[in-house]
Amino acid sequence: MTAPKIYTTEAIVLKHANFGEADRMLTLYTPNMGKLRAVVRGARRSKSKLGGHVEPVTHCSLVLARGRNLDTVTQSQTIESFLSIRNDLWLTARALYLIELADAFTPEHAENYPVYKLLLDALHGLAKVRREEAASWMQHLMLLRYFELQLLGHVGYQPQLRDCINCRSPIQPVENFFSPSGGGILCPKCAHTEPVVRPISVNALKVMRLLQRGDYATASRLRLVPELSRELERTIQGYVRYLLEREIKATGFLDRLRREGM
Amino acid sequence: MISGFGSAAEPVSRLIEEFHKLPGIGPKSAARLTYHLLRMPENQARSLAEAIVAVKERIVLCSLCQNLTDTDPCAICGSTERDRTMICVVEEPLDILALERTGGYNGLYHVLHGVISPIEGIGPDELKIGELLARLRDGSVAEVILATNPSLEGEATGMYLQRLISPFGLRVTCLARGLPVGGDLEYADEVTLARALEGRRAL
Repeated sequence: MTAPKIYTTEAIVLKHANFGEADRMLTLYTPNMGKLRAVVRGARRSKSKLGGHVEPVTHCSLVLARGRNLDTVTQSQTIESFLSIRNDLWLTARALYLIELADAFTPEHAENYPVYKLLLDALHGLAKVRREEAASWMQHLMLLRYFELQLLGHVGYQPQLRDCINCRSPIQPVENFFSPSGGGILCPKCAHTEPVVRPISVNALKVMRLLQRGDYATASRLRLVPELSRELERTIQGYVRYLLEREIKATGFLDRLRREGM
Repeated sequence: MISGFGSAAEPVSRLIEEFHKLPGIGPKSAARLTYHLLRMPENQARSLAEAIVAVKERIVLCSLCQNLTDTDPCAICGSTERDRTMICVVEEPLDILALERTGGYNGLYHVLHGVISPIEGIGPDELKIGELLARLRDGSVAEVILATNPSLEGEATGMYLQRLISPFGLRVTCLARGLPVGGDLEYADEVTLARALEGRRAL
């Protein structure tokens, strides 16, 4: 049986790039087909009927026509435009960070529904909180960490946080070590077995286990002191950098916003 | 060397190769253009060559607005007719042409030469933002109009600039978002419609 020429799907628009005279090439994340690329003809014209529905960080419903190389979007309808993310520079930068991570860790045409669901839920989570409230600020940071750890689990890089990755003995509540190359925790006795390790505090490890278990409800109620929050961020992002062998570019902009106190 | 054209005379194959480096020009188009030029009258070919050299040698960035120009300051920045208290910030030089065609703006411009795109790794340092802030320091500017594209990146750039400019105490505005002339409500996306409603005005 040949695949139908026209198909319908929901999608989260990850990014767009200019293509040809007035077209745009989209990178989409779909529930049943994983990551896809598709062309929107004429999206850059101000009268485009399709263009406004397929901006990055939009959850939309699309009709696509199969092409020889690239599929073409023929109809588009916004499901959720995440207006509150768009209206806030910090939220936009954070949403783009989540999107860059999801993009970096997934291949094209490989279905991974949990990743789709995770990204959609995370964007809704970002959109819900109000920036003026300090409590929601903290929730945001937990949301980013939750997203990172869950994403790593869904794409096959779940870090081992229970037993020492070298001697297999259960991790004790003392200062242990995280090894990006080993993908998990080393007990103090085994810390020398991997070339690059970073110390990890008992509390940081506890929070990571909680987030990895998927208990976002509990995690989102935690109030971490800034040092612990920074430790978590550095540990997880160090692991991400090791896996991707590059920097996540959106962190550069986030760091800058933080530095400039915006 | 593009395979298949090695047998042509050296100047010919060299020109084919140069054309091939241009965007959207494949080996066949490159060869066709080259042979077209060979049949062209000499003065036409020479004028093309001179035009190419001229844009490379004479076009510089205006030291004020960063637009492409052959005089510094550019015609707009140097004009005495224009309102020097307004600066309209755009992404690309082509955006100035579009705005000038409206005939409805008589202030100055500033070209960023791009837009903040965290995923592409393009940050504020890659744009002409420092140059813009330098122009605001002498206090002669009263209003900055942010005319970046109404895309996610354009809006993020606008919000970032707004925060940088706000300490100067100027009026910072952005172009209205709304429905295009000849458009259709039915096909408008929610963001555009929501902003069109926000920006409605009394008739």
